Amino acid sequence: MSGEAQTVNPVAPPTGKPTRAGIRLPGVGESLNKGLVVTYLGLIVLLPLAAIATKAFEDGFGGFWDAVSSPQAFAALKLTVIASLIVVVINAIMGTLIAWVLVRDEFRGKGFVNSVIDLPFALPTIVASLTLLVVYGKDSPVGINIAFTQTAVVVALLFVTLPFVVRAVQPLLLSLDRDMESAAESLGAGKVRIFWRIIFPNLAPGIATGVALAFARALGEFGSLVLISGNVPFKTEVSSVFIRGQIESDNLVGASAVSVVLLATSLLLLACVTLAQRWGLRHDR
Amino acid sequence: MTGSGRLSRWSLRYVALGYLAMLLILPIGVILVRTFDEGVGAVVDAITTPDALHALRLTLLTVIIAVPLNTIFGVACALIMVRGKMRGKSIINALIDVPFAVSPVVVGLALILVYGEGGWFGADLAAIGIQVIFSTPGIVMAVIFVSLPFVARETIPVLQEVGDDQEKAAETLGASSWQIFWKITLPSIRWGVSYGVVLTTARALGEFGAVTIVSGRISGETETLPLFVQKQFETFNSVGAYSASLVLALLALATLLALNLMRRKEN
Amino acid sequence: MKSNSKKNRLNRFKVQGLLVFALVAFAAIIAGCGSSSDSDSGSKIALVAYSTPQTAYEDGIEPGFQGTDEGDGIDFSNSFGASGDQSRAVEAGQKADYVNFALETDVTRLVDAGKVADTWRDNKYKGIVTNSVVSLVVRPGNPEGIESFQDLIDKDVEVVTPNPFTSGGARWNIMAIYGAAINEGASPKEALDSVKAVLAKTPAQPESARVALQAFVGGAGDVLISYENEAIAAQTAGEDVEYVIPDDTILIEQPAAVTIDAAQSAQDFLDYNWTDAGQQIWQEQGYRSVNPALLDKEKFPVPSGLFTIEDFGGWDKVATDFFDEENGSIAKINQELGVEAE
Repeated sequence: MSGEAQTVNPVAPPTGKPTRAGIRLPGVGESLNKGLVVTYLGLIVLLPLAAIATKAFEDGFGGFWDAVSSPQAFAALKLTVIASLIVVVINAIMGTLIAWVLVRDEFRGKGFVNSVIDLPFALPTIVASLTLLVVYGKDSPVGINIAFTQTAVVVALLFVTLPFVVRAVQPLLLSLDRDMESAAESLGAGKVRIFWRIIFPNLAPGIATGVALAFARALGEFGSLVLISGNVPFKTEVSSVFIRGQIESDNLVGASAVSVVLLATSLLLLACVTLAQRWGLRHDR
Repeated sequence: MTGSGRLSRWSLRYVALGYLAMLLILPIGVILVRTFDEGVGAVVDAITTPDALHALRLTLLTVIIAVPLNTIFGVACALIMVRGKMRGKSIINALIDVPFAVSPVVVGLALILVYGEGGWFGADLAAIGIQVIFSTPGIVMAVIFVSLPFVARETIPVLQEVGDDQEKAAETLGASSWQIFWKITLPSIRWGVSYGVVLTTARALGEFGAVTIVSGRISGETETLPLFVQKQFETFNSVGAYSASLVLALLALATLLALNLMRRKEN
Repeated sequence: MKSNSKKNRLNRFKVQGLLVFALVAFAAIIAGCGSSSDSDSGSKIALVAYSTPQTAYEDGIEPGFQGTDEGDGIDFSNSFGASGDQSRAVEAGQKADYVNFALETDVTRLVDAGKVADTWRDNKYKGIVTNSVVSLVVRPGNPEGIESFQDLIDKDVEVVTPNPFTSGGARWNIMAIYGAAINEGASPKEALDSVKAVLAKTPAQPESARVALQAFVGGAGDVLISYENEAIAAQTAGEDVEYVIPDDTILIEQPAAVTIDAAQSAQDFLDYNWTDAGQQIWQEQGYRSVNPALLDKEKFPVPSGLFTIEDFGGWDKVATDFFDEENGSIAKINQELGVEAE
């Protein structure tokens, strides 16, 4: 059922006031809806976040800066951010590709493949780490040994962020209106053109969402890296391990400070992605 | 289909499958092999000990609480973000993603800073007999926190995509808000919500880092299944660790299978 | 229309009812679980310990204690995890009657927080219930011929050691390298250079001892610096590991204490650890007895150059001088290595 607009003049509903249905949960007023959402977010997310932010600046801005600019913290942040960026670029491409294949293609075992996409989420990270070490370490059954290198960090991150872009693009592909594609094809447009001009713009929000989530997750990932990345300071130590070290040394201010930086980086990417989307929308018209 | 069309379809398929094979299927194969290293009996023994069963119950309990709450929140939030009029949407947008950007280690730390003894509310809550940290509520909060964004994030793009023409039309025809929601809105976003629920469940099942800090790790009391896996690992019981992980993976699969069943019923 | 608005109201109730139910369930969970612990203090001991002695407690010490008069009818709630994490948890309010950690600073933290009396060391064994030594885990057959910490520096080998900043227990390893060099006549500066030389050869510094062992078994490095009790536990569990005790190494001292509010049963349990029966159980589990008369010297050879943390001023001093994350000597070594790696 495509969204064809009705051309009849709207008639006021018998109950008088417009209910703005479809805009909120039924039975719940719009302001109550907003209130519930805000309260939930506030309680679950904002409160702990505020605690971290407060801790990070407990020693003033100077203390914050010292903690974040120490050589080891900086090295960890650099490795983390760069690895995460590489990971999201790969995910954007491969995630879309996988979602495409899962929705549009048919082959034996597709159901199985679709089912296992989410497993990186459900597996405790220690198991993920152990498994990656077995598969890509010294005794690798496929002869690939990348343990304790920076490549290992990227591979582990790819593993845990796999579902994000795939699952964000799949629902969009499923909800896609095929009429426009058929129309374009019958007018002689090539497949690539159809993809870029018609399909991709509809998938872009999903890809953007998936990328933002994957980036955030990659920044903070800890458990799956423990066995395969090596954790050597300045070489293969990511920020989350560094934070753990700070906590172990009772330096909660340092731990909170680096966390705030990670958070800010992730929000920065989110902002960029949102802006890019808006820019894309504006330029399409 | 033309020859080049077939070729391009195949190459897409095999690139995708090759990537998945290396990154996902191979590791899963390894897990399965290692799980059944000592036979099926050993696996069953490992997951039916009292501690294991308690861990499973506790994990299921947290999932049963966290997933519906996050789903309701996710749908409500998506409705507001896409169709509502309000200021501060970008703040909400940012807040939704926060649970990811925070390392699990820090999530635990944050919860302790708020609800721990020396924290913001710890002492006050203790005075009225509520213990959040090192008890089940703390675990549930941690799980809710880390699995919060999914339904919202999956639903928002889909809701944007489908538009609200049909709802407006239905409203002018006199449908009640309940009817509109259940018959029009929800079905139009069902894939977003469904995948959101699948992801939320998987994430809630597998959370380890934050829970290990806020739970107190008391065997048989505050130990979730991922924590149980860790404990098996620590005591050199790899079959136990893999077996419990297999249970988690199967639970995650179960949600997806339910989703697939729903899809098949539709078609 | 009338039926519609009635349906409306009914549906409104349905949704609100659902929301209310969810909230009530949530509240019920919170309320119900707030009082999960038995209030009959004295019949249940809340044990909070580091991760390694889990088997020792569950299979040995606790049943042993329950067989005594004082322990008859006493139950345990057990919590095991990384030593630092556990210590911080108790500091943040986790209920604990008896604590056992991998190093002294984790108990000192609780003393500073007012959870443990500062007299916890005022007994015959200074609060230490078990000992171990830092040892070198090698590949089967010891193909590289590793015998001492100096070999780590001289030979072309890759070393694995847990990260001393994420794992407090791993600090024993660093001090073992340092002290072994001092024993061989090095100056403090030279000894630090030895530590640096070893750290330069680590492809992996996993976050905990158990993870380090797993990484080593999984192919990382040629030699793993670990604890004797860890290696023995691995062997008992069927892992194919071989370990060497260098002549010069540090004595690992694992402290235990009872918390201020703990019942007498917790103190009885602590005392049980020091009885002959208790110490024998620990030895069966791979830990060295703190009672020299009971030490099974065949199973636990005494290194000729054994030293303790006291030789360097005790943990309080060492934690500041060596492991302060900004000014500690080890932190500085990390920085130097990091700069050199660029």
